[in-house]
Amino acid sequence: MGRYVIRRLLQMIPVFIGSTFLIFFMVYALGDPVAAMFGDRAPDPATAAQIRHDLYLDQPLWRQYPHYMGQIFQGNFGTAFNGQSVTELMSTAFPVTLRLTIVAIVIEMIVGIVLGVFSGLRRGRGVDTSVLVLTLVVVSIPTFVSGYLLQFVFGVKWEWAAPTVATEAPLNQLLLPGLVLALVSLAYVTRLTRTSIAENARADYVRTAIAKGLPRRRVITRHLLRNSLIPVVTFIGTDIGALMGGAIVTERIFNIHGVGYQLYQGILRQNSPTVVGFVTILVLVFLIANLLVDLLYAVLDPRIRYA
Amino acid sequence: MRRAVRAKWAVCAGAVALAATGCGGGGGGTDTSGVVSSSWGDPQNPLEPANTNEVQGGKVLEMLMRGLKRYNPKTGAAENVIADRIETKDAQNYTVTLKPGWTFSNGEKVTAKSFVDAWNYGALLDNKQKNAAFFQYIDGYDRVHPDHGTATAKTLSGLAVKDDKTFTVKLNQKFSSWPDTLGYSAFMPLPQAFFQQHDAWLKKPIGNGPYLVDSYTKGTVLKMRKWKKYPGSDPARNGGIDLRVYTDNNTAYTDLQAGNLDLVDDIPAAQLKNVKKDLGNRYINQPAGIIQTITFPMYDPKWGRPGMEKVRRGISMAIDRQQITKEIFQNTRTPASDWTSPVLGVQGGFKEGLCGDACVFDAVKARQLIQEGGGLPGGRMTITYNADTGSHKDWVDAVCNSINKTLGNDKACVGDPVGTFADFRNKISARALTGPFRAGWQMDYPLIQNFLQPLYYTNASSNDGKFSDPGFDKLVNEANAAPDTRQAVLTFQQAEKILAEQMPAIPLWYQNGSGGYSERISNVSLNPFSVPVYNEIKAG
Repeated sequence: MGRYVIRRLLQMIPVFIGSTFLIFFMVYALGDPVAAMFGDRAPDPATAAQIRHDLYLDQPLWRQYPHYMGQIFQGNFGTAFNGQSVTELMSTAFPVTLRLTIVAIVIEMIVGIVLGVFSGLRRGRGVDTSVLVLTLVVVSIPTFVSGYLLQFVFGVKWEWAAPTVATEAPLNQLLLPGLVLALVSLAYVTRLTRTSIAENARADYVRTAIAKGLPRRRVITRHLLRNSLIPVVTFIGTDIGALMGGAIVTERIFNIHGVGYQLYQGILRQNSPTVVGFVTILVLVFLIANLLVDLLYAVLDPRIRYA
Repeated sequence: MRRAVRAKWAVCAGAVALAATGCGGGGGGTDTSGVVSSSWGDPQNPLEPANTNEVQGGKVLEMLMRGLKRYNPKTGAAENVIADRIETKDAQNYTVTLKPGWTFSNGEKVTAKSFVDAWNYGALLDNKQKNAAFFQYIDGYDRVHPDHGTATAKTLSGLAVKDDKTFTVKLNQKFSSWPDTLGYSAFMPLPQAFFQQHDAWLKKPIGNGPYLVDSYTKGTVLKMRKWKKYPGSDPARNGGIDLRVYTDNNTAYTDLQAGNLDLVDDIPAAQLKNVKKDLGNRYINQPAGIIQTITFPMYDPKWGRPGMEKVRRGISMAIDRQQITKEIFQNTRTPASDWTSPVLGVQGGFKEGLCGDACVFDAVKARQLIQEGGGLPGGRMTITYNADTGSHKDWVDAVCNSINKTLGNDKACVGDPVGTFADFRNKISARALTGPFRAGWQMDYPLIQNFLQPLYYTNASSNDGKFSDPGFDKLVNEANAAPDTRQAVLTFQQAEKILAEQMPAIPLWYQNGSGGYSERISNVSLNPFSVPVYNEIKAG
């Protein structure tokens, strides 16, 4: 187990270097960002040259990247163009997005798994069909449609919730954006759970458990659900990373100043320290979430062992 | 009524979370009662006066700073604020005398040194201030800010402090309307704290305007409160302004509708159709000092060679401005008929119809002119624009459509999008564009000079098309040296007539500033720079 974890951690190093380089290269390929800082006015060449020099932009790519990486290992993620350090941006953005992600994950786990279990156990019946149709509808609606729609209905028409999230992003205000963010994944979780439950419901060990005379509740929660959750856990694990990085649309709609907002701003202004810094952290989150998922397998299914 | 109550609750909820103020109880503590919340965008640059060249940072400086002059929010005229008088005998050597009684909000006096130090800081190359070029007319600029290499002097030799209330300025050329440029934010005075504790100042700027910075959470919210001891004649008529950052102007608009926000100064294009119905007379749509043009690459002989002016004029006549401003912009733009802006006023040099026939849609004449000039180069043209901001695609397609219809050729004109604004600017600087491209110009100060010289004077800083005409240059020089404003304006207009003949850039439309506000506030207007006049807003 220990050796397995170490091996996995070591595997992260090339992934980390490769992904940061790719992102750095892509932002670099967008071109020189300095011209845009002057608006519609032609930049004054001396000032532009000075800014380029200070941002290390007057160097070729093969020198910029090692320079940037060297700074990262000293804990310096560089500065955004408005003069804030990227670490400062991260310290404000990540907690907000993390909270939003947690709200979304909790919603999709509870609602998704409950719906999945219900429809899986009643396969082919009315409940099952309506859940399937419903999830199909949800999956096919893009996030920005459901976002603006729910925002308008709940925030402006009915006034049940604030249409935007305050600076401090308290949990109660994150419910609506969390729901919007969770919707698509929720549909997937429901469908995955349903299929898995429906399959395992006829497995030998479930029949044995029922034959032993165990109460139905215990059969479902301890035997059926635990074994059926493996694909669901995999999905949710990878979804954590996707939700944290993919909340750009939702964060824009609800004016949440999290990771998505900073990434959007960084891309718009072609600020490579912001973009690469944030994506680097997201890559790490992804990798760690994946590792945790793999370790969880062993907990859920004792037949799986790591050496 | 339900809406209003709900709005108050939402505002209170926000305030409670911040552990501030008494809501529902009716005042006490720092008063948020008269505080107005307004939409904002994260400023691109640190909030230094000489480094702020876009409207979001400009909003803050307008509230926080007062300089020698200020542009009247209604008329745009430059009026003395801290300056008592600015005198000159030869339009080149100026003596500035300050009014007594002005201080910064930390108690420090505003003296001649506050100005001279600030300007020296702004001009020095090492400080990389993006507005450094505003100091280029002051003697010694070429030493503190050379085009290449490093600065050989730390201060501008043209600036000299005489005493606390007086300083002299020597310009490197005659420039009679130079005092009128001094309302621009780059010329604001700075307290010593700016130089001594620079980082702390950037975190919480200190100025001499009607507001103080209460707290500043970068990228999120800037809370400004009324400065009760403000010595000027335009104190804040509300308790303060909260500038909240929105990434999406649609969201800000939704918040306004929900009563969560008091003021938006950018109505999303998609909502222009509904805004009158939603807001009634709380919708503002008034001219701003912005003109949109299509600039020709005069450096490219295909477009710039003699004889092509007919084609350029013909293209201008092929554009149905009236219809495009109505259909696409819902009348938030006005068809242009000169190269300035209505905010200058007739006295300031705006002259409707100066462009003549060339800016009036006439398909028959347009076709004729283009044919006389030898037709479009290669039989087709593109209009290059940046696709990332400002929904330029819509109007570029409409303009092309108008040209195509005129010429009876579906493929004569097509839009040519460039992915990002930075890339677009880079291509322009590198003269990589071989066809016309979009250009927008937002004035720095309400002077006709600012609409002509930087854009069309030979080798001027924003002369992107590299237009050059000796007659035009001569008239601009004459106008700058003219002893009185009236004469200067008339000469500038003569120069503008040359643009009408040569058509190096097609004037398309004057852009309006737009905004909307809640029922809570009143007396809201925009100044000629399309920034809300915050200090005049009444809340309650």
